[in-house]
Amino acid sequence: MSSNNPRQSIHDSTAPSTDTRDSRIGEGPDDRFNSKLREAFGASPFILTKFDKFMNWVRGNSMFMLQFGIACCSIEMIHTYAIKHDLDRFGAGVPRASPRQADVMIVPGTIVSKFGPRMKRVYDQMPEPKFVVGMGSCTISGGPFQEGYNVVKGAEEIIPIDIHVPGCPPRPEALIYGVAKLQERIRNGESSPVVVKPYELEQFGDLPKDELVQKLASEIDEDDLVMRYNWADSP
Amino acid sequence: MSTGLEKRATRVEVSEDDLEALLGDRALGRDDHLNAPGFVIRPDDVQDVLTDLRDEAGFDHLSCLTAQEYSDRYESIYHLKKYADPTQEVSVVVPTTTDDPVSQSAEPVFRTADWHEREAFDLVGIDYEGHPDPRRILLPETWQGHPLSKGYDQEKPQIVTLSEHANPIQPDHHDEESDTMFLNIGPHHPATHGVLHVKTVLDGETVVDIDPDIGYLHRCEEQMCQQGTYRHQIMPYPDRWDYVSAGLLNEWAYARAAEDLANIEVPEYAQIIRTMGAELCRIASHMLALGTFALDVYGDFTAVFQYAFRDREVVQDILEDLTGQRLMFNYFRLGGVAWDLPEPRDEFIAKTRDFLDELPAKVDEYNDMITSNEIFQVRCHNTGILEPEVAKQYGCTGPVARGSGIDYDLRRDDPYGYYENLEWDVVTQDGCDNYARVLVRMQEVEESAKIIEQCLDLLEDWPEDDREVQANVPRTLKPDADTEVYRAVEAAKGELGIYIRSDGTDKPGRFKIRSPCFSNLQALEVMSEGEYIPDLVASLGSLDIVLGEVDR
Repeated sequence: MSSNNPRQSIHDSTAPSTDTRDSRIGEGPDDRFNSKLREAFGASPFILTKFDKFMNWVRGNSMFMLQFGIACCSIEMIHTYAIKHDLDRFGAGVPRASPRQADVMIVPGTIVSKFGPRMKRVYDQMPEPKFVVGMGSCTISGGPFQEGYNVVKGAEEIIPIDIHVPGCPPRPEALIYGVAKLQERIRNGESSPVVVKPYELEQFGDLPKDELVQKLASEIDEDDLVMRYNWADSP
Repeated sequence: MSTGLEKRATRVEVSEDDLEALLGDRALGRDDHLNAPGFVIRPDDVQDVLTDLRDEAGFDHLSCLTAQEYSDRYESIYHLKKYADPTQEVSVVVPTTTDDPVSQSAEPVFRTADWHEREAFDLVGIDYEGHPDPRRILLPETWQGHPLSKGYDQEKPQIVTLSEHANPIQPDHHDEESDTMFLNIGPHHPATHGVLHVKTVLDGETVVDIDPDIGYLHRCEEQMCQQGTYRHQIMPYPDRWDYVSAGLLNEWAYARAAEDLANIEVPEYAQIIRTMGAELCRIASHMLALGTFALDVYGDFTAVFQYAFRDREVVQDILEDLTGQRLMFNYFRLGGVAWDLPEPRDEFIAKTRDFLDELPAKVDEYNDMITSNEIFQVRCHNTGILEPEVAKQYGCTGPVARGSGIDYDLRRDDPYGYYENLEWDVVTQDGCDNYARVLVRMQEVEESAKIIEQCLDLLEDWPEDDREVQANVPRTLKPDADTEVYRAVEAAKGELGIYIRSDGTDKPGRFKIRSPCFSNLQALEVMSEGEYIPDLVASLGSLDIVLGEVDR
């Protein structure tokens, strides 16, 4: 039943509607390509596409998430992975404990001064291409804790973020929507440009020698990595 | 297990006169709080006075240490209670001068004072003389200034280090016979239940020394509460302390303290709704504890973990019907709750009853899969030992204390809400190990179900014209200046206490949170030192900490 005209969509059962099984049992060539997919592609089993496009499609459909819990949102994130919502259905739900095996990082929670450098480090350890979903109000602006003396006003001060999912915390459905949007963007080959962020990890010796740096000079080694927070400049 | 009324008969009262006689000249004056008599003492009498109060008067529970700065002095308040009867309280107030805020450390008397004093130093800036480890605890080591002291400039820049390679062989733990290895666990690690960093020193597979490094989620909860008005602006924050669905339990802690402070009476009907909601939260919270513990102990992301989350989803649905939110409920109001049960009432009650009807079968399932599993028993039995005396020294409360045989539950011992009028039991286990703590949580789920069932019966039959969900509370609350109160409730993880000092405005002058996890986590060192590293992970899981509450 294969034809030379590609079909736009496939309805009903996905089982091959051809006599493939019979042909396998019987004489003659084994026509293993004779499937619904074959029908969709037409007679020739070749796809012509740009390699980039193909890679983007693959990336979008097999995303490995970083297992990364910070605060309240992580509870809803676990619910998104777990039974009922089951993010895995969308080809994006294998939490990996190591950043080196992950390509998407969901940032679920408030970033405070002590955690900022750690998060930056975890992000840096992920292999390219990598994507970030900011989950909840805290990753957008600091959320309800924005006025806190210790709270970074949004994860975007430190790492680039592709998708923001608002909410405090967002419902699992919202997170799934965010992830689906991210997949769409990845398929289209889009990701947020990596630019210099307000807060970067720097060597202590490279900081301008202001009052604070001179005060801490006896405590911190020149080569130590530090992050300098300018609270006054934050939004 | 013991029943509700047994224990109160054995209370030994210590009158205020006895206390005054006991302290004698050491009491410079009185500074009474709404919940307890307060005695002002000199900063160098701390150990002396606390030892006497503990040994002579039986105040064996240092519940909390509140530090605060007035315009003319610093003050440390030690809130003492008795494990045998937490309604007997005493506050020991230690003022120090602003230019030389040095106070004697209470650490030799109560081990739990170690972390509490570090926190007081970190956030307020009081020095504790004789403290074994006077470092910052919540903020980074390089932080400048003390954020909850007066005149702290929040706009100042700060520098935070990323010390990634701490010396792998620590000289102070290194000796000829055994090579020790230094290992960082966390802050990004699947077994730490959040952003906890445990600095571990190993000898082979045995844990020699651990140092939990917290503060990776210190999001200034106390400052936020001090900036909010009593009536509406504080209530959303408690949900975010213990965010594992224990929202209503936390809200109750604030509600209880603020209602005592402002002298608000809560209608009986609202109390029943509160009690029911709080117990639903406890079930959800214990389910997560169970699921993640199974995940920690046998890496089971499939069966047990998913089962626990399946049941949590049901509870969250019920709570969503009740409060309108899945996780951050913001449902309590001072003087009651936000609204009545959702309409149609019958449907809500039937739905909740369905859940309760199915629960016994589910608990059986858990018992089949978890507690009667031989591998699980081998992993948990006799590991993470926490003797009752040690637990008291560390100020452990909640399921952690009850797993060590300490019969202490504020719902019964310091009654609030509607618990007094209901039939239920306090669960205790004598095992003192990880297994006992898991058992306590599983049985508490059943007890909570009992409470919810009775609440539902009451709500169902409650006369329609008497369903008062909120007392009449003024729009702006301004409690009298310098009224102080410390009140605690039994949250999912233990005793959650709130200290509020009013300064005559509509915002608290000082708001201090006593987090059960903060005290419980401190006991991790005695539970895991000398044991294998997998048992450290199991012990950490059985403590059931939540970092939002540890760091606040």
